[in-house]
Amino acid sequence: MPLLSPDLKAHVGHSLPPVKAEVTRREIRKYAVATGQRLQRFLDGDEAPPMFLFGLFQPIVERERLLADGRQPDSGVVPELPLKRVMAGGTEATFYRGIYPGDVLVSTRRLADLFEKEGSKGPLIFAVVENRVETEAGEPVMTEYVTRIAR
Amino acid sequence: MPELESIAVGDALPERTHEPDTVQLFLYNAAIWNPHRIHYDEPYTTEVEGHPGIVVDGPLQGDWLSQLALEWVGDDGELVTFRYSNRQAAYVGERLRARGRVVDVDRDGGLVRLELAIVNERDEPITPGEATVRFRS
Repeated sequence: MPLLSPDLKAHVGHSLPPVKAEVTRREIRKYAVATGQRLQRFLDGDEAPPMFLFGLFQPIVERERLLADGRQPDSGVVPELPLKRVMAGGTEATFYRGIYPGDVLVSTRRLADLFEKEGSKGPLIFAVVENRVETEAGEPVMTEYVTRIAR
Repeated sequence: MPELESIAVGDALPERTHEPDTVQLFLYNAAIWNPHRIHYDEPYTTEVEGHPGIVVDGPLQGDWLSQLALEWVGDDGELVTFRYSNRQAAYVGERLRARGRVVDVDRDGGLVRLELAIVNERDEPITPGEATVRFRS
């Protein structure tokens, strides 16, 4: 019997409201130092390393709303699943242009797929979230697919 | 940086060693605004979550893989596609290495595909990845 009900599958295609963030030279420089970059254009903040986008859209929530383990509450793009042990399944990104100080970028997350497979130790549910990052004018910057696996 | 004409399948990228400490993890998690306690609260991480030590962020390891590719192409190239997967945890105090090799060369398109990995001291690939870089003409 399938674990994913038609109601759960109906979440596929649903998006969260777009989130906007401004890229600043100071934030790029902090990220470059923190990650040990060695290319001068990143250290000077003339351009952001591609993975800078990972932190740019992290939600800023009130201290009281953080979970007991410190994490921010889940965004809700993936519905509550019948399997509770969640692990990261991988990230796949395509980059269309560089990221520069002064850019105002918009991120939209969408549940791209939800499917199940039988693993060697039992059933697995795969949730694939698409993150499209564009400029305010709609120019593509990056598209990323992040897979979560529940077991 | 290498010349596109001289790149061959099997070429190894220069390895880089990372020895993340608590200062680096503090700076990284502050920079990405990540308050997850497993990256800075050792009693919580070991006693509640059962890890042997402070956990090195998976996306930080992903960044190191992207750095390996970007440093290799230098200022004359860019990252086009990138994928990685955190398969096994790493902890503060471990000595990790980022390594990679060329798996495909498209000279007409100026594209090179790289196989990448973060490996631990037991030479286990804990974060495998893949990147395509474009050489600007």
